[in-house]
Amino acid sequence: MSFVEYSEFIQEGDVVIIFTGHDSMMPIKVESGAQTQTRYGAIRHSSDLIGQKFGSKVTCSKGGWVYVLHPTPELWTVSLPHRTQILYTTDIANITLMLDLKPGSIVCESGTGSGSLSHAILRTIAPSGHLHTVEFHAQRAEKAAQEFRDHKVAHMVTVRNQDVCKEGFGVVGVADAVFLDIPSPWEAISHAKRAFKRKGGRLCSFSPCIEQVQRTCEALLDKGFQEICTLEVLQRTHDVRSVTLPLPDFGSEEGGLDCAKMMIDPPSEAPASANASYPSVICRTATPPREMAGHTGYLTFASKPRD
Amino acid sequence: MADTVTDTDAECRIREGDYVVLKRGDVYKSVQIDKKKKVIFEKQWIFLDGAVGELYGSTFEVNAGAKLSLRKTNNSGSSAETKEAGLDNRHIVDDGKSQKLTRDDIESLKEQGLKGQEIVQQLIDNSTTFRDKTEFAQEKYIKKKKKKYENSITVLKPTSRILAMMYHGREPGKVCHLRCDTLAQLLTLGNIHAGSKVIVFETCAGLVLGSVMERMGGYGSVIQMYPGGGPVRAATDSFGFPSHFHDTLHEFPLCKLSALLSGTLNTEEKDPDGQSDGRPGERVTSSQLSSGGGEEASSEPQKMEVCAEQATDKDKERMERLREQKAQEKRVKMEEKRKRLCAAAALLKGRDADGLVIASRFHPCPVLLGLLKFVAPSRPFVVYCQYREPLIECYTKLREQGGAINLRLTDTWSRHYQVLPNRTHPKLLMSGGGGYVLSGTTVAANGGPSGPRQGTAGEPLAKRLRRDETTAASDSSTSFGSV
Repeated sequence: MSFVEYSEFIQEGDVVIIFTGHDSMMPIKVESGAQTQTRYGAIRHSSDLIGQKFGSKVTCSKGGWVYVLHPTPELWTVSLPHRTQILYTTDIANITLMLDLKPGSIVCESGTGSGSLSHAILRTIAPSGHLHTVEFHAQRAEKAAQEFRDHKVAHMVTVRNQDVCKEGFGVVGVADAVFLDIPSPWEAISHAKRAFKRKGGRLCSFSPCIEQVQRTCEALLDKGFQEICTLEVLQRTHDVRSVTLPLPDFGSEEGGLDCAKMMIDPPSEAPASANASYPSVICRTATPPREMAGHTGYLTFASKPRD
Repeated sequence: MADTVTDTDAECRIREGDYVVLKRGDVYKSVQIDKKKKVIFEKQWIFLDGAVGELYGSTFEVNAGAKLSLRKTNNSGSSAETKEAGLDNRHIVDDGKSQKLTRDDIESLKEQGLKGQEIVQQLIDNSTTFRDKTEFAQEKYIKKKKKKYENSITVLKPTSRILAMMYHGREPGKVCHLRCDTLAQLLTLGNIHAGSKVIVFETCAGLVLGSVMERMGGYGSVIQMYPGGGPVRAATDSFGFPSHFHDTLHEFPLCKLSALLSGTLNTEEKDPDGQSDGRPGERVTSSQLSSGGGEEASSEPQKMEVCAEQATDKDKERMERLREQKAQEKRVKMEEKRKRLCAAAALLKGRDADGLVIASRFHPCPVLLGLLKFVAPSRPFVVYCQYREPLIECYTKLREQGGAINLRLTDTWSRHYQVLPNRTHPKLLMSGGGGYVLSGTTVAANGGPSGPRQGTAGEPLAKRLRRDETTAASDSSTSFGSV
C-alpha cells in the first residue's frame, strides 16, 4: 500500500480506510494485535485485516460489517484528522488540472495545513516529481511529515517549517507549479516567482476573502505574471431517490347529485376509499440536499512567463 | 535533490512536426507545425515557419507576408501617464458618430503595416468622446480595441487544461459538452495516476483519453474501449506525447466484449491468409481475391487496342505482383491488429483494472455495468454524462446489484471573476452546464451461493455462518452492519 501505488492485500503498517456507511469513513493504521472500535463492534487487525484483500467486507465483533478500502487522496480528504480547515476534492481537482500537474512535476506549496492537497499533489506527480511544502506551525509541520512517512510517500516530499513570506520555499529555480493557501499571499509572490524554473510555470492562490484576491491579483500583475484569472467552483450533489406523488382527484364526469352526495358523506369514510381512488405516481429522481457548500474560496491562477 | 535545476532549452524549443496550440486572447487552436502548410487562425492565413526554433510561450506578430516574426518588445499596455478623463457618462450621447475613422481608413492603416497598438492609438486620437469617458470606461475601451486589432499569436505547448478549454470553447459537441472543471473532477475522482491500469471508454474525440495519458506520464497502461470501426484519437494526437507513451496505450473493440466476458474470445491466428476476424465461417482467402482479379485482368486485353501480346502479359504479371504485395501488406496489418487485440484482451482478462473512466454519448448504464466487471475491488470509477437521468438509472442499477459503494451523483458549477481595483465582480456570462458525474468505489461482490467465495479459511465457522445470515438478512445496498 501507498498513497501513490495500489496493492491487492493488506499488510501490517498499512493505512486503510474503513467504510462504515454512507458518508462515513475512518482511517486505521494496521498493527498486529491491535483492535479498532466501530459502531458495529471491534475489528481485530490480525485476523480481520492483515492478509485480506482491499475491498473486502469485514465482520465486526458485534456481527455487523464494514468495508476496508485502499487509501486514495480523495478518501483521505474526507476522513483525515483536521488540524486546519482543509481543501476539498472539488477545488483540488481544479487546482490539479489548472496547474498542469503530472508525473515529474516539481511543486512548491504553502501552507501544508492538514495535508489534504499535499496528498493529492503527491499522487499526481509520482513517481518522478517532488513536493516542497512549507508550514509555519511547528507541530503541524511535524504531523504532516509523520503522515507522509506512514503513507509511504516521504521520498517525494520535503517539509520545511518556516514562513514562506519571509524565507520563501527553501528552493529556487526548480518549480513547475506553486500553490499558496496563506493569509497574505501577496507577500509571498516574489518568493513564488523565484521558486519557478527559468522557463516559467503555473501559480495558484486560494483565498476565502475577495479583498485578499484583489491584493493578490495586483501583486501578480505588478510582478509580471500573465493570464491572471480568478474563479470559484462549487459542487452540487444530487441525492437519488424515489418520490411518491399523489394524483389529484378531479371527480367523476357525471357530477351533479353525486357530487352533493359526496360532500354530505362524513369525512371519516374518505380514508377507506382514499387508497383505491387516489392513485399516485412513483418517480425516480434526484433532489438536492437541504444545504450545500456555498463557498470555499476563490482560486486565482496565473502563468509565470520565461525569464 | 538539487535545489536549482537548469532546464534544457532544447526541450523548450518549437520543432517541425510538433503539435502546438496557437493562442490569441481567449481563442485557442491546435495545429501541427508544418513548414509547407498554411494554417488559418482567427480569420488569418499564416505560415508557421517563423516559429520553428523559437521557445514555447513566445509571442509572434503576423506580418504582411502572413509569416510569423518574434515580437521583440513586451508591451504590457498600461501607461502610467495621467489621461484626461470625465467623471461619469451623463453627457455622452451614443450616436455612433464619435469615431471619425471609417472602416476603409482602418483597413488602409492595416495595409500600411501599422501594429495593433498603433491602430488603437489612432482610434483613440480620432474619437470625439474618448476624453469625456471615465478612466474605467477608457481602460475598457482600450482593452476592447486591443482585442480586436491585436495581431499577435502565442505558441503554447499543449496540456489537458489548454486542450479542454479549446474544445469546450470551439467544438463542445465533439466532447459531449464536457467542461474543463468537469474533466478535472473525472481525473481526480478517478485517482488517475502513474503506474495504474485504466480502462477508458469515451467519445470525446480522444480528449479524455489524452488527459488520462497525461496523468499517467507513460507509466502503467490504458485500455481504450471503442465502439464501431476504430478508436478515435484526434485530440489525443494534439497532446504531442512522446512516442513511448503509445506503448502503454491499448484498444479493444466493444463488439468483442461479450466474447471476452464469456471466455469465448478467440485471439489465435486462424487463417493464414489473414482474412479472419475471429468469427468462424467468414474466411475469404486471398487466392479467391486474386482469381477474381485475374478474371478482370484477362478481360482487359479485349478492351485495349492491342499491340504486342508480350506487353499485355507483362501488365498481367505486374498487376499480379501488385495484388500479391497488397495482400501481403494486408496480412501484416491484420496480424498486427490481432496481436494488439491479444495484448488488450490479456490486460483485461485478469479483471484487475485499477480504474474506469466513461465519458460518451452512449447510454452509460450498459457500458458501466459491462465494464465494471473488469475492475478490481476497492478501485474508483467515474462516469460522465451530459444528462442527469441516465446516471440516475446507473445509480439505481448499481444499488440493486451491489458491488459499488460511496456512490455520488454530482455536477460542478464554475464562475469566473473580473478582479480590478474598485471593479471586482463575477463576470457577466457563465457556463450553463458542464454535465454530470457519477462516481463510486468498487468492493468485493456480495458473497452468496453463486457469488465468489469470501472470507479466509481460518475464519471461525460460527462467525462465518453469522456473517452469511447477516448478509442474507440485511439489504446490503441500503444499510450497513445491521444485525
